[in-house]
Amino acid sequence: MATSTEISLGDVAARGAAYAEELPGEHMTLNVGPSHPTTHGVLRLLLELDGDRIIKCEPVIGYLHRGDEKIAENMTYNQFVPYTDRLDYLAPLANNVAYAIAVEKLAKLEVPPRCQAIRVICCELARISSHLLGIGVFGMDAGAWTIFMYCFTQREKLYTLFEELTGARFTTSYTRIGGVARDMPDGWLGRVNKFCHDVIPVVDEMDKLLTRNKIFVQRTEGVGVITKEDALAYGITGANLRAAGVEADLRKDNPYCGYENYDFEVPIGTRGDCYDRYLVRIEELRQSVRIVRQAIEKMPEGPWYAEDAKKIFAPPKGKVLSSMEELIQNFMIVTEGPQMPPGEVYFEAENPKGALGFYIFSKGGGVPYRLHIKGPSFVSLGILPKMLPGHLLTDVTVILGSLDFVLGECDR
Amino acid sequence: MDTIVETLKAKFPYVAPRPSADHPAVNVPATHLREFAQRLRDDFGYSMLLDLCGVDWDQDSPRFGVIYQFYHAAKKTYLRVATLAPDNANPAVPSLAALYPAADWHEREAYDMVGIRFDGHPNLTRILMWEGYPYFPLRKDFPLSGIETELPAADTTAATHAKVIAAPMMGGPFYAATEGLHHMSDAEPRARDQSWTEAQPKPGQKG
Repeated sequence: MATSTEISLGDVAARGAAYAEELPGEHMTLNVGPSHPTTHGVLRLLLELDGDRIIKCEPVIGYLHRGDEKIAENMTYNQFVPYTDRLDYLAPLANNVAYAIAVEKLAKLEVPPRCQAIRVICCELARISSHLLGIGVFGMDAGAWTIFMYCFTQREKLYTLFEELTGARFTTSYTRIGGVARDMPDGWLGRVNKFCHDVIPVVDEMDKLLTRNKIFVQRTEGVGVITKEDALAYGITGANLRAAGVEADLRKDNPYCGYENYDFEVPIGTRGDCYDRYLVRIEELRQSVRIVRQAIEKMPEGPWYAEDAKKIFAPPKGKVLSSMEELIQNFMIVTEGPQMPPGEVYFEAENPKGALGFYIFSKGGGVPYRLHIKGPSFVSLGILPKMLPGHLLTDVTVILGSLDFVLGECDR
Repeated sequence: MDTIVETLKAKFPYVAPRPSADHPAVNVPATHLREFAQRLRDDFGYSMLLDLCGVDWDQDSPRFGVIYQFYHAAKKTYLRVATLAPDNANPAVPSLAALYPAADWHEREAYDMVGIRFDGHPNLTRILMWEGYPYFPLRKDFPLSGIETELPAADTTAATHAKVIAAPMMGGPFYAATEGLHHMSDAEPRARDQSWTEAQPKPGQKG
């Protein structure tokens, strides 16, 4: 026969308080990164902890600094395109387009409608690719492994499409100043359409797996809140800003590339927590598919590069090999670079990670005098010292995952 | 001329219009910068500081300047503000970190890259390069190929006795095949303006 013995626990709270007096309560410094799975790249965090609670956070960046701005000052405008691949290397096509438009603004050059539509498709496919990864690793950080696999299956299909279009899966370098490297291959639009058809059910499935997932919701809701005021003061852009409840999308506010001709909605969050940032991204996936479908439907015929810009865009190979004038034009642009007037511009594009900005100061000629890159991830990480204190150590993983940053663009 | 530039010029006598290929732009002297930014934020509604960057104007004097990009989050308009650091030897402009927290990291970057000090910044340390790095790489007199410096791991090597060897930097960022060529400048036209070749080592390089 089992016997039960009653034990008295006494006043637990009082005992705890007594212990707290006894223990010195030393703060511990914990180093996270620079090479750590939760930091998604080479981000290092110096955390000061009181038990499990974060008292202070000091991000250390620069491990991926390559001096892109210095390099840009020493080469022609077109030569810098491959370097833009390596900014946000999860959405290289979007960087290519943003850079090309920035330089074209300097030259006051308008590219033909077909080129704009191709670029819109590029940007939106890049956004789908980046958000798929962002949501995938975010889910993984919160313990939902399956999502990651689902997302990567779709990204694989996207990479095949990118390869067909640009010749490279990852480092696309697709745009040129005044156009793109080449027109789309035959039947490519049909395959993009097929992808759009295939990806929506997967997004729905991800939605079903995560959005009402109790563990996921409990880990993300109310965690890592960025208020509207903070988001603006810290200059946060993109999905992170929209999650904080600010209506800001450069595709609507300062349309470029003909975005004003497309019908799409901009999802806005209400609380600015990790959960809202997830919701905004998953809806943006659907909106991006919507834009791609419209672009395919309305794809204009005509030239895919600015034909009149004789000093900016090097003509396609076929023409170079058969016509003297085009040969000279090609030679001049390759050796001297696309000729830009003196002036300065600042152009921002709504990239997957936020607003990617290029400040270009030109003194004329084929090389910029100063080219500054504003990476949205740099700004997103700048709020960490303000946001992390007060959270638990385990929240760091979720918060970093929800911010969706990439160090290539942060460190440049 | 843009109306906002007109308005600003009428309100602040020190504001001067600045040529720009896109957004409205003004020049503001460094002495008035903080006051101007405060009014810009509180009275004119430019609630966001998107970006700032230091520029080395090379032969010009004043040599160093800072370009700010402000954004009106409600009207969705940009405003560019440029200022110059009066002292060439020890360039400094007032910090905007207290007004716009976004300026904190951007100013650290401008200090790190161009060497402009921001007076009143709470923690003006290097951000992309390591603390103790002796140069400002985005200055125009800094060579593209870099300058060899001691690796920052002196404390680590002292503790571990591990030998730290610098990565072979020969050829710099634009190294091309040198079969039959004696100087890399022969192989890579863009490197022609470099101050060093294989025959003449780059600044700071040993042997």
